[in-house]
Amino acid sequence: MGLIDRIPAYIEKTPGGGVLMTGVNSILNEAKASSMWYMLFGLACCAIELMATGASRYDFDRLGMIFRATPRQTDLMIVAGTLTLKMAPRVKLLYDQMPEPKYVIAMGGCTIHGGPFYHDSYSVLKGVDKIIPVDIHVAGCPPRPEALMNGCLALQDLIRTERLGHDRDRPGLRQLTQRQIPGQPPVNYLPTGGALIRPNEIPILG
Amino acid sequence: MPLKLDQIRDLLRQRFPDHLIVEDLDNHDALVVPREIYLEVAELLRTDEELDFDYLEFETCSDMPPDLLNFVAYFRSLGKGHRVALKVKLDRARPSLPSLVGLWANADWNEREIFDLFGVVFHGHPDLRRLMMPEDWEGHPLRKDYLHPNVVKRPD
Repeated sequence: MGLIDRIPAYIEKTPGGGVLMTGVNSILNEAKASSMWYMLFGLACCAIELMATGASRYDFDRLGMIFRATPRQTDLMIVAGTLTLKMAPRVKLLYDQMPEPKYVIAMGGCTIHGGPFYHDSYSVLKGVDKIIPVDIHVAGCPPRPEALMNGCLALQDLIRTERLGHDRDRPGLRQLTQRQIPGQPPVNYLPTGGALIRPNEIPILG
Repeated sequence: MPLKLDQIRDLLRQRFPDHLIVEDLDNHDALVVPREIYLEVAELLRTDEELDFDYLEFETCSDMPPDLLNFVAYFRSLGKGHRVALKVKLDRARPSLPSLVGLWANADWNEREIFDLFGVVFHGHPDLRRLMMPEDWEGHPLRKDYLHPNVVKRPD
Protein backbone atom coordinates (compact mmCIF):
# COMPACT_ATOMS: atom_id res chain seq x y z
CA MET A 1 0.00 0.00 0.00
CA GLY A 2 3.03 2.27 0.32
CA LEU A 3 2.86 3.75 -3.17
CA ILE A 4 -0.93 4.02 -3.22
CA ASP A 5 -0.87 5.88 0.08
CA ARG A 6 1.58 8.43 -1.30
CA ILE A 7 -0.39 9.19 -4.48
CA PRO A 8 -2.90 11.58 -2.79
CA ALA A 9 -0.05 13.62 -1.27
CA TYR A 10 1.24 14.37 -4.77
CA ILE A 11 -2.12 14.81 -6.44
CA GLU A 12 -3.61 17.19 -3.89
CA LYS A 13 -0.77 19.65 -4.46
CA THR A 14 -1.81 20.07 -8.09
CA PRO A 15 -4.63 22.51 -8.85
CA GLY A 16 -7.91 20.70 -9.48
CA GLY A 17 -6.37 17.47 -8.15
CA GLY A 18 -9.63 16.53 -6.43
CA VAL A 19 -11.25 15.70 -9.73
CA LEU A 20 -8.38 13.44 -10.59
CA MET A 21 -8.59 11.81 -7.14
CA THR A 22 -12.22 10.82 -7.66
CA GLY A 23 -11.27 9.13 -10.88
CA VAL A 24 -8.31 7.32 -9.34
CA ASN A 25 -10.43 6.25 -6.38
CA SER A 26 -13.14 4.64 -8.44
CA ILE A 27 -10.70 2.95 -10.80
CA LEU A 28 -8.59 1.50 -7.99
CA ASN A 29 -11.64 0.48 -5.96
CA GLU A 30 -13.24 -1.20 -8.94
CA ALA A 31 -9.98 -3.04 -9.60
CA LYS A 32 -9.73 -4.18 -5.98
CA ALA A 33 -13.39 -5.19 -5.78
CA SER A 34 -13.27 -7.14 -9.04
CA SER A 35 -10.31 -9.33 -8.19
CA MET A 36 -10.67 -10.47 -4.63
CA TRP A 37 -8.43 -13.49 -4.62
CA TYR A 38 -9.14 -15.57 -1.56
CA MET A 39 -6.93 -17.86 0.44
CA LEU A 40 -7.40 -21.57 -0.11
CA PHE A 41 -8.03 -22.86 3.36
CA GLY A 42 -10.96 -24.23 5.29
CA LEU A 43 -11.32 -25.30 8.88
CA ALA A 44 -14.56 -27.29 9.13
CA CYS A 45 -17.89 -27.91 7.43
CA CYS A 46 -18.17 -24.29 6.21
CA ALA A 47 -15.27 -25.15 3.92
CA ILE A 48 -17.57 -27.59 2.08
CA GLU A 49 -19.95 -24.74 1.31
CA LEU A 50 -16.97 -22.59 0.37
CA MET A 51 -15.88 -25.27 -2.10
CA ALA A 52 -19.42 -25.50 -3.47
CA THR A 53 -19.44 -21.74 -3.94
CA GLY A 54 -16.13 -21.91 -5.75
CA ALA A 55 -17.30 -24.70 -8.05
CA SER A 56 -19.17 -24.24 -11.28
CA ARG A 57 -22.77 -24.21 -10.01
CA TYR A 58 -22.36 -21.00 -7.98
CA ASP A 59 -19.07 -19.94 -9.51
CA PHE A 60 -16.95 -17.45 -7.58
CA ASP A 61 -15.07 -16.78 -10.81
CA ARG A 62 -17.76 -14.44 -12.08
CA LEU A 63 -16.89 -12.06 -9.22
CA GLY A 64 -13.25 -12.31 -10.25
CA MET A 65 -12.54 -14.45 -7.20
CA ILE A 66 -9.91 -17.13 -7.59
CA PHE A 67 -8.40 -19.17 -4.78
CA ARG A 68 -4.69 -18.84 -4.16
CA ALA A 69 -2.77 -21.38 -2.14
CA THR A 70 -0.44 -18.87 -0.51
CA PRO A 71 -1.23 -15.89 1.70
CA ARG A 72 1.28 -13.77 -0.21
CA GLN A 73 -1.00 -13.65 -3.25
CA THR A 74 -4.36 -13.18 -1.56
CA ASP A 75 -6.53 -10.16 -0.83
CA LEU A 76 -9.26 -11.91 1.08
CA MET A 77 -9.30 -14.45 3.86
CA ILE A 78 -12.54 -16.40 4.20
CA VAL A 79 -12.38 -18.00 7.63
CA ALA A 80 -14.60 -21.00 6.97
CA GLY A 81 -15.21 -23.18 9.98
CA THR A 82 -14.58 -23.70 13.66
CA LEU A 83 -11.43 -21.99 14.82
CA THR A 84 -9.80 -23.88 17.68
CA LEU A 85 -7.34 -22.35 20.08
CA LYS A 86 -4.62 -24.54 18.59
CA MET A 87 -5.34 -23.29 15.07
CA ALA A 88 -5.81 -19.65 16.07
CA PRO A 89 -2.10 -18.66 16.13
CA ARG A 90 -1.69 -20.24 12.69
CA VAL A 91 -4.62 -18.27 11.26
CA LYS A 92 -3.23 -15.10 12.82
CA LEU A 93 0.12 -15.84 11.19
CA LEU A 94 -1.54 -16.38 7.80
CA TYR A 95 -3.39 -13.09 8.17
CA ASP A 96 -0.16 -11.29 9.02
CA GLN A 97 1.48 -12.76 5.93
CA MET A 98 -1.17 -11.35 3.58
CA PRO A 99 -0.21 -8.11 1.80
CA GLU A 100 -2.32 -4.98 2.23
CA PRO A 101 -5.05 -4.26 1.27
CA LYS A 102 -6.53 -7.31 2.97
CA TYR A 103 -10.05 -8.22 3.93
CA VAL A 104 -11.60 -10.89 6.12
CA ILE A 105 -14.95 -12.62 5.83
CA ALA A 106 -16.03 -14.56 8.91
CA MET A 107 -18.13 -17.38 7.53
CA GLY A 108 -20.61 -19.20 9.75
CA GLY A 109 -21.62 -19.16 13.39
CA CYS A 110 -18.38 -20.61 14.74
CA THR A 111 -16.27 -17.79 13.38
CA ILE A 112 -18.73 -15.15 14.57
CA HIS A 113 -19.13 -16.19 18.21
CA GLY A 114 -18.24 -19.86 18.59
CA GLY A 115 -21.57 -21.08 17.22
CA PRO A 116 -22.62 -24.46 18.59
CA PHE A 117 -19.37 -24.56 20.54
CA TYR A 118 -20.08 -21.41 22.52
CA HIS A 119 -21.23 -23.34 25.57
CA ASP A 120 -19.24 -26.03 27.38
CA SER A 121 -16.25 -25.90 25.06
CA TYR A 122 -12.68 -25.49 26.20
CA SER A 123 -10.91 -25.59 22.87
CA VAL A 124 -12.80 -23.28 20.50
CA LEU A 125 -12.02 -19.60 19.98
CA LYS A 126 -15.32 -17.78 20.34
CA GLY A 127 -15.14 -15.47 17.36
CA VAL A 128 -12.25 -14.84 14.98
CA ASP A 129 -12.63 -11.08 15.53
CA LYS A 130 -10.75 -11.67 18.77
CA ILE A 131 -7.54 -12.21 16.82
CA ILE A 132 -8.06 -10.60 13.39
CA PRO A 133 -10.28 -7.72 12.22
CA VAL A 134 -13.35 -8.92 10.34
CA ASP A 135 -15.00 -6.95 7.55
CA ILE A 136 -18.05 -9.07 6.82
CA HIS A 137 -19.85 -11.60 9.01
CA VAL A 138 -21.87 -14.21 7.13
CA ALA A 139 -24.38 -15.94 9.40
CA GLY A 140 -25.46 -19.54 8.99
CA CYS A 141 -24.43 -22.99 10.12
CA PRO A 142 -23.04 -23.40 7.56
CA PRO A 143 -24.19 -20.51 5.32
CA ARG A 144 -25.51 -21.55 1.94
CA PRO A 145 -23.46 -20.55 -1.10
CA GLU A 146 -25.98 -17.79 -1.83
CA ALA A 147 -25.32 -16.30 1.61
CA LEU A 148 -21.56 -16.41 1.12
CA MET A 149 -21.96 -14.89 -2.32
CA ASN A 150 -24.08 -12.14 -0.78
CA GLY A 151 -21.32 -11.53 1.77
CA CYS A 152 -18.79 -11.16 -1.03
CA LEU A 153 -21.05 -8.68 -2.83
CA ALA A 154 -21.37 -6.75 0.44
CA LEU A 155 -17.59 -6.73 0.72
CA GLN A 156 -17.36 -5.37 -2.82
CA ASP A 157 -19.70 -2.54 -1.83
CA LEU A 158 -17.50 -1.90 1.21
CA ILE A 159 -14.40 -1.72 -0.97
CA ARG A 160 -16.11 0.73 -3.33
CA THR A 161 -16.58 3.19 -0.45
CA GLU A 162 -12.85 3.37 0.24
CA ARG A 163 -10.98 6.62 -0.39
CA LEU A 164 -7.31 7.01 -1.04
CA GLY A 165 -5.34 8.49 1.82
CA HIS A 166 -8.01 7.64 4.37
CA ASP A 167 -7.80 4.78 6.80
CA ARG A 168 -10.21 2.06 5.99
CA ASP A 169 -13.26 2.06 8.20
CA ARG A 170 -13.35 -1.61 8.95
CA PRO A 171 -16.12 -2.78 11.26
CA GLY A 172 -13.86 -5.45 12.72
CA LEU A 173 -11.25 -2.90 13.66
CA ARG A 174 -13.88 -0.65 15.17
CA GLN A 175 -15.14 -3.51 17.31
CA LEU A 176 -11.64 -4.27 18.47
CA THR A 177 -11.04 -0.72 19.62
CA GLN A 178 -14.47 -0.41 21.19
CA ARG A 179 -13.78 -3.30 23.48
CA GLN A 180 -10.79 -1.50 24.92
CA ILE A 181 -11.34 -0.29 28.47
CA PRO A 182 -9.85 3.19 29.05
CA GLY A 183 -6.82 3.13 31.29
CA GLN A 184 -6.36 -0.61 30.96
CA PRO A 185 -4.33 -2.64 28.53
CA PRO A 186 -6.39 -3.60 25.48
CA VAL A 187 -8.22 -6.86 25.94
CA ASN A 188 -7.84 -7.68 22.28
CA TYR A 189 -4.19 -6.86 22.02
CA LEU A 190 -2.96 -7.96 18.63
CA PRO A 191 0.73 -8.82 18.52
CA THR A 192 2.32 -6.96 15.62
CA GLY A 193 4.18 -8.55 12.79
CA GLY A 194 4.38 -12.26 12.25
CA ALA A 195 4.98 -13.18 15.87
CA LEU A 196 3.34 -16.44 16.78
CA ILE A 197 0.99 -16.04 19.71
CA ARG A 198 0.64 -18.97 22.04
CA PRO A 199 -2.87 -20.39 22.47
CA ASN A 200 -2.85 -19.53 26.15
CA GLU A 201 -2.10 -15.89 25.35
CA ILE A 202 -5.11 -15.41 23.08
CA PRO A 203 -7.46 -13.12 24.95
CA ILE A 204 -10.63 -14.90 25.90
CA LEU A 205 -13.78 -12.89 26.45
CA GLY A 206 -16.82 -14.38 28.05
CA MET B 1 -12.95 -70.75 13.32
CA PRO B 2 -13.34 -67.49 15.25
CA LEU B 3 -12.95 -67.93 18.97
CA LYS B 4 -15.79 -66.97 21.26
CA LEU B 5 -15.13 -64.61 24.13
CA ASP B 6 -15.36 -67.34 26.78
CA GLN B 7 -12.87 -69.46 24.84
CA ILE B 8 -10.41 -66.58 24.79
CA ARG B 9 -11.06 -66.01 28.48
CA ASP B 10 -10.38 -69.67 29.30
CA LEU B 11 -7.23 -69.63 27.22
CA LEU B 12 -5.94 -66.59 29.09
CA ARG B 13 -6.90 -68.13 32.44
CA GLN B 14 -4.83 -71.20 31.57
CA ARG B 15 -1.79 -69.05 30.87
CA PHE B 16 -2.25 -66.77 33.88
CA PRO B 17 -3.69 -69.01 36.60
CA ASP B 18 -2.62 -66.70 39.44
CA HIS B 19 -4.57 -63.70 38.20
CA LEU B 20 -8.21 -62.78 37.99
CA ILE B 21 -9.48 -62.49 34.44
CA VAL B 22 -13.22 -61.87 34.19
CA GLU B 23 -15.70 -60.77 31.59
CA ASP B 24 -16.76 -57.16 31.79
CA LEU B 25 -20.40 -56.64 32.67
CA ASP B 26 -20.63 -53.26 30.91
CA ASN B 27 -19.09 -54.36 27.64
CA HIS B 28 -19.81 -57.77 26.20
CA ASP B 29 -16.58 -57.93 24.21
CA ALA B 30 -14.26 -57.04 27.05
CA LEU B 31 -12.14 -58.96 29.52
CA VAL B 32 -11.00 -57.19 32.65
CA VAL B 33 -7.34 -57.94 33.28
CA PRO B 34 -5.15 -56.80 36.17
CA ARG B 35 -2.71 -54.03 35.41
CA GLU B 36 0.35 -56.15 36.30
CA ILE B 37 -0.17 -58.68 33.50
CA TYR B 38 -1.61 -56.30 30.89
CA LEU B 39 1.52 -56.22 28.73
CA GLU B 40 2.03 -59.98 28.95
CA VAL B 41 -1.58 -60.61 27.96
CA ALA B 42 -1.23 -58.24 25.02
CA GLU B 43 1.97 -59.97 23.97
CA LEU B 44 0.20 -63.31 24.12
CA LEU B 45 -2.68 -61.98 22.02
CA ARG B 46 -0.20 -60.82 19.41
CA THR B 47 2.09 -63.85 19.27
CA ASP B 48 -0.08 -66.86 20.09
CA GLU B 49 -0.93 -68.77 16.93
CA GLU B 50 -4.41 -69.67 18.03
CA LEU B 51 -5.30 -66.14 19.16
CA ASP B 52 -3.40 -64.30 16.41
CA PHE B 53 -4.63 -60.78 17.14
CA ASP B 54 -2.74 -58.98 14.39
CA TYR B 55 -4.71 -55.75 14.46
CA LEU B 56 -5.11 -53.19 17.21
CA GLU B 57 -8.40 -51.47 16.44
CA PHE B 58 -8.53 -48.78 19.03
CA GLU B 59 -7.46 -47.74 22.50
CA THR B 60 -9.55 -45.49 24.67
CA CYS B 61 -10.29 -44.51 28.21
CA SER B 62 -13.23 -43.47 30.34
CA ASP B 63 -13.12 -41.36 33.44
CA MET B 64 -14.95 -42.69 36.48
CA PRO B 65 -14.50 -40.25 39.34
CA PRO B 66 -13.62 -40.21 42.16
CA ASP B 67 -10.80 -42.75 41.84
CA LEU B 68 -11.18 -44.93 38.76
CA LEU B 69 -10.01 -44.59 35.18
CA ASN B 70 -11.02 -47.39 32.80
CA PHE B 71 -8.63 -48.11 29.97
CA VAL B 72 -9.92 -50.23 27.07
CA ALA B 73 -8.05 -51.58 24.06
CA TYR B 74 -9.85 -53.35 21.19
CA PHE B 75 -8.08 -56.07 19.25
CA ARG B 76 -9.11 -57.95 16.14
CA SER B 77 -7.71 -60.93 14.32
CA LEU B 78 -8.05 -60.33 10.61
CA GLY B 79 -7.06 -63.92 9.82
CA LYS B 80 -9.20 -65.71 12.39
CA GLY B 81 -12.05 -63.18 12.45
CA HIS B 82 -12.50 -62.81 16.19
CA ARG B 83 -12.15 -59.79 18.40
CA VAL B 84 -11.65 -58.99 22.05
CA ALA B 85 -11.23 -55.95 24.24
CA LEU B 86 -8.97 -55.68 27.25
CA LYS B 87 -10.09 -53.46 30.07
CA VAL B 88 -7.72 -52.27 32.77
CA LYS B 89 -8.82 -50.38 35.84
CA LEU B 90 -6.35 -47.63 36.62
CA ASP B 91 -5.70 -45.46 39.61
CA ARG B 92 -7.15 -42.08 38.68
CA ALA B 93 -4.61 -40.12 40.72
CA ARG B 94 -1.53 -41.54 38.99
CA PRO B 95 -2.62 -43.59 35.95
CA SER B 96 0.11 -45.40 34.05
CA LEU B 97 0.40 -48.42 31.77
CA PRO B 98 3.05 -50.10 29.67
CA SER B 99 2.95 -49.01 26.03
CA LEU B 100 1.83 -51.32 23.20
CA VAL B 101 3.88 -49.57 20.51
CA GLY B 102 6.38 -52.43 20.41
CA LEU B 103 3.59 -54.88 19.55
CA TRP B 104 1.26 -52.82 17.34
CA ALA B 105 2.80 -49.74 15.74
CA ASN B 106 -0.51 -47.90 15.52
CA ALA B 107 -0.68 -47.77 19.31
CA ASP B 108 1.59 -44.73 18.97
CA TRP B 109 -1.02 -42.05 18.24
CA ASN B 110 -3.77 -43.82 20.20
CA GLU B 111 -1.66 -43.64 23.33
CA ARG B 112 -0.58 -40.08 22.66
CA GLU B 113 -4.25 -39.12 22.43
CA ILE B 114 -5.09 -40.85 25.71
CA PHE B 115 -2.10 -39.21 27.36
CA ASP B 116 -3.26 -35.86 26.02
CA LEU B 117 -6.91 -36.06 26.98
CA PHE B 118 -6.84 -38.29 30.08
CA GLY B 119 -3.31 -37.99 31.41
CA VAL B 120 -2.42 -41.68 31.33
CA VAL B 121 1.37 -42.11 31.19
CA PHE B 122 2.51 -44.93 28.89
CA HIS B 123 5.85 -46.39 29.91
CA GLY B 124 8.11 -47.28 27.02
CA HIS B 125 6.30 -45.04 24.53
CA PRO B 126 8.89 -43.62 22.11
CA ASP B 127 7.38 -40.16 21.76
CA LEU B 128 4.78 -39.33 24.38
CA ARG B 129 3.65 -35.82 23.43
CA ARG B 130 0.24 -34.22 23.24
CA LEU B 131 -1.63 -35.12 20.06
CA MET B 132 -4.77 -32.94 19.98
CA MET B 133 -4.26 -30.01 22.29
CA PRO B 134 -1.61 -27.29 21.86
CA GLU B 135 1.82 -28.21 23.16
CA ASP B 136 1.67 -25.84 26.11
CA TRP B 137 -1.83 -26.82 27.19
CA GLU B 138 -2.38 -27.52 30.85
CA GLY B 139 -4.58 -30.28 32.16
CA HIS B 140 -6.35 -33.20 30.53
CA PRO B 141 -9.66 -32.04 29.07
CA LEU B 142 -11.66 -35.27 29.06
CA ARG B 143 -11.33 -35.69 32.81
CA LYS B 144 -14.76 -35.04 34.22
CA ASP B 145 -13.53 -32.53 36.78
CA TYR B 146 -11.62 -30.54 34.15
CA LEU B 147 -12.17 -26.80 34.23
CA HIS B 148 -10.96 -24.13 31.83
CA PRO B 149 -11.55 -20.36 31.82
CA ASN B 150 -12.74 -20.60 28.21
CA VAL B 151 -15.74 -22.70 29.22
CA VAL B 152 -19.08 -20.95 29.36
CA LYS B 153 -21.61 -23.15 31.13
CA ARG B 154 -24.76 -23.89 29.18
CA PRO B 155 -27.68 -22.32 31.03
CA ASP B 156 -30.17 -24.87 32.35
